[in-house]
Amino acid sequence: MKFGVVVFPGSNCDHDAFHVLSSVLGQPTEWVWHQSTQVNHLDAIVLPGGFSYGDYLRTGALASHSPVLGAVKKFAERGGLVLGICNGFQILLEAGLLPGAMLRNRRLKFLCRFVHLRVETTDTPFTTVCQPGQVLKMPIAHMDGNYFAGEATLRELERNHQIAFRYATPAGEVVDDAEANPNGALANIAGICNRERNVLGLMPHPDRSSEALMGSTDGLAIFQSLVQSLITH
Amino acid sequence: MKARVYVTLKKSVLDPQGQAILQAVSGLGFRDIKNVRQGKVFEMELNGVSPEQARQEVERVAREVLTNPVIEEFRCEIEE
Repeated sequence: MKFGVVVFPGSNCDHDAFHVLSSVLGQPTEWVWHQSTQVNHLDAIVLPGGFSYGDYLRTGALASHSPVLGAVKKFAERGGLVLGICNGFQILLEAGLLPGAMLRNRRLKFLCRFVHLRVETTDTPFTTVCQPGQVLKMPIAHMDGNYFAGEATLRELERNHQIAFRYATPAGEVVDDAEANPNGALANIAGICNRERNVLGLMPHPDRSSEALMGSTDGLAIFQSLVQSLITH
Repeated sequence: MKARVYVTLKKSVLDPQGQAILQAVSGLGFRDIKNVRQGKVFEMELNGVSPEQARQEVERVAREVLTNPVIEEFRCEIEE
């Protein structure tokens, strides 16, 4: 089993994801440079958080045209597992691997705080060790996390159970207020997967909530699910 | 040859930055201004192409790179 963590100029959570996979979970993990197209030997790829290419043009837009993304698209088409965290989620949206787009946060502020997510589906390789309705505490750190999609796309996401996580209260109630849904995301969407369920993106950081020292270990469930899915496959 | 691409959020997409600017503008006493939408302008220079080729090329760049079709729309101007 081999994990790859992509490094773009401006990635700043690449080491966090690498650390969780290699040190916390003890999995073989390697770096993948943004100019590389060599990903076929990997079992799962993580697009980490940060500010790829300085967030120029739109968040994730320039990264979505980088050489590595061409390889990641083919990897995903063949069923490879791809996890996008924060900027990684924005890149997956820009690349068209996931539907929708990110708008600036509702109150135009950079948000750096803990949020609570309700697990909406355990039928993905990224949530298999979770319980349906389980509430996970993870931090967010972003300016553009206000998920948006057209009505038809939203209906499709709901019909296919592609919404993996929704922003919620600590008790797991999905309410659209500044406390529970701070960035104003449509339908409180915090994370979605594709129809084939092998690509998932989420704005909150499981990489920053996988050790007690970080204030929460709830994020570890995402990485444990990945490992579990690869073992049972 | 010069080209300009104007990118704006679609009418159906809320523009919180435009709204914040509108509030500031209203606060300064410009009461006739009823709506503000923020966008981006891209200026490009092209060599050795006809205006028609320039338009085709620039529209492709606008569609494939400069805009996100989920939330944005664009308009091109070609200047000979």
